Amino acid sequence: MELEVVLFYVFAGVTVGASVMVVAQGNPVYSVMLLIASFGGLAGLYVLLDAPFTAVTQIIIYAGAIMVLFLFVVMLLNVPREDAAEAGRGHPLNPPGARRLGMVLAVAFLAELGWAAWHVSTRQTGSLAAVPPGDVSSVGQIGRVLFTEYALPFEVTSILILVAMVGAIVLARRESQ
Amino acid sequence: MDPVFIAQIALVLVIFHALLLSAAGMVWAERKVAARLQQRLGPIYVGPAGLLQPFADVLKLFFKEELRPLAADRILFYLAPIISAAAAFSAFAVVPVGPPTDFWGLLPEEIPLHVADVNVAILLVFAITSMGVYGIVLAGWSSNSKYSLLGGLRSAAQMISYELSLGLALASVLVMANTLSLQEIVNSQAGYWSVFGVETPIPRWYVFPQIVGFLVFMTAGIAETNRAPFDFPEAEQELVAGYHTEYSSMSFAMFFLAEYINMVTVAAVSTNLFLGGWHMPLLPESLGFLWFLLKVSAILFFYLWVRWTLPRYRYDQLMQFGWKVLLPIAVINVLFTAAGVIYFGA
Repeated sequence: MELEVVLFYVFAGVTVGASVMVVAQGNPVYSVMLLIASFGGLAGLYVLLDAPFTAVTQIIIYAGAIMVLFLFVVMLLNVPREDAAEAGRGHPLNPPGARRLGMVLAVAFLAELGWAAWHVSTRQTGSLAAVPPGDVSSVGQIGRVLFTEYALPFEVTSILILVAMVGAIVLARRESQ
Repeated sequence: MDPVFIAQIALVLVIFHALLLSAAGMVWAERKVAARLQQRLGPIYVGPAGLLQPFADVLKLFFKEELRPLAADRILFYLAPIISAAAAFSAFAVVPVGPPTDFWGLLPEEIPLHVADVNVAILLVFAITSMGVYGIVLAGWSSNSKYSLLGGLRSAAQMISYELSLGLALASVLVMANTLSLQEIVNSQAGYWSVFGVETPIPRWYVFPQIVGFLVFMTAGIAETNRAPFDFPEAEQELVAGYHTEYSSMSFAMFFLAEYINMVTVAAVSTNLFLGGWHMPLLPESLGFLWFLLKVSAILFFYLWVRWTLPRYRYDQLMQFGWKVLLPIAVINVLFTAAGVIYFGA
């Protein structure tokens, strides 16, 4: 096998394996660390796709900044185990119908996965090859597109994040009034 | 075998061991500088001028018993120092230490003097150092001790706050250099500044137009490496030793190693970004790494000097300073730099 193929399977294995373990084991701090490992695997896949800039931003933003906040919150709550699922039907985190809703969502997700796999396997690869390589990794190119073609979505996203931040501050400081 | 390949492997080994040695050297320098600033002698008995003191310390740590609190989380407790040390070492991999060289004709072609060639090098350094914070946070949590936990939480909050200013100070240099590769950033600093077409004797380093960015970068760098006056994660008067309270023997040594290597990395990166890397008049280009070493040592001495001169801030002052002073200055600096680059045309 070529080195790139081997590396693809290694990174894909890390990504999928860590993601499964995030939900499969019960310790929230371990879940956070496994999610970081999963993001690391994803960054490796981006490098294989010749997009080092995307890979590095993935690490800085998701694995670096956002997951530190996750870990922060998990550590402050200091919950040793997630035992809501074992607590039975009376638990507030286990409302009636939650399992049924989860079942419906899981079936929808599996159907979507199957459709995606079928779609990719039957599609012509020509449309992907038409994109000139190297375009996605140029920082200048990304910046120009972000501030011209996608300026409105970019600004709307930033306002959305600002609203979330203001909301969090309002919720956190409510008791002082 | 291909001599270029052998040279590159040798370079990896040399840089790895140079980092280890630099950590030992920094421990010695820290104790000597501290002693001199306080009118003491510092280590003088082990080796000439106490130079072998750090090696004696390492031997002592090596033979100490490895203790672990009974209630600690076993996996994360041992993983945390490894994350810290690994992040510290790998961040240096993309930092160039000198111009590409063929070692005075020894090699058939020139090789660049850094371990890995990445075209987003500066962002990679940033990404890997942001991974290093997990070592500290996990050490704090897994030790199951209130001092460790507080140290870890403080560290997370502090690093998030100062990473922003660090990144923005970085951005202002990137805007001027128009590249993310450290090698190219250094090369764009060769020669002299010319003001309105007249050549001046000022070297073309970014520290002169970016003096504000340089000061922000240095300040945030001190906070990122958890050095005094921002050493809250291990503030000994309040938290015993902060996140590494429960660590002993080589696990403790790994945190120690990571802290000093991080200092060296920040100093090397700021040399490359602001002080022209290996560029300097007088010496020929092939001896550029000597200038690089000299500049890095000067910045490291500045770190030691600051630590033993300034008292620690209060925690709320640290947060106020980071968010209300340093961050606005960095943002305004980036805006002015971008406007200047557009107006004068790079």
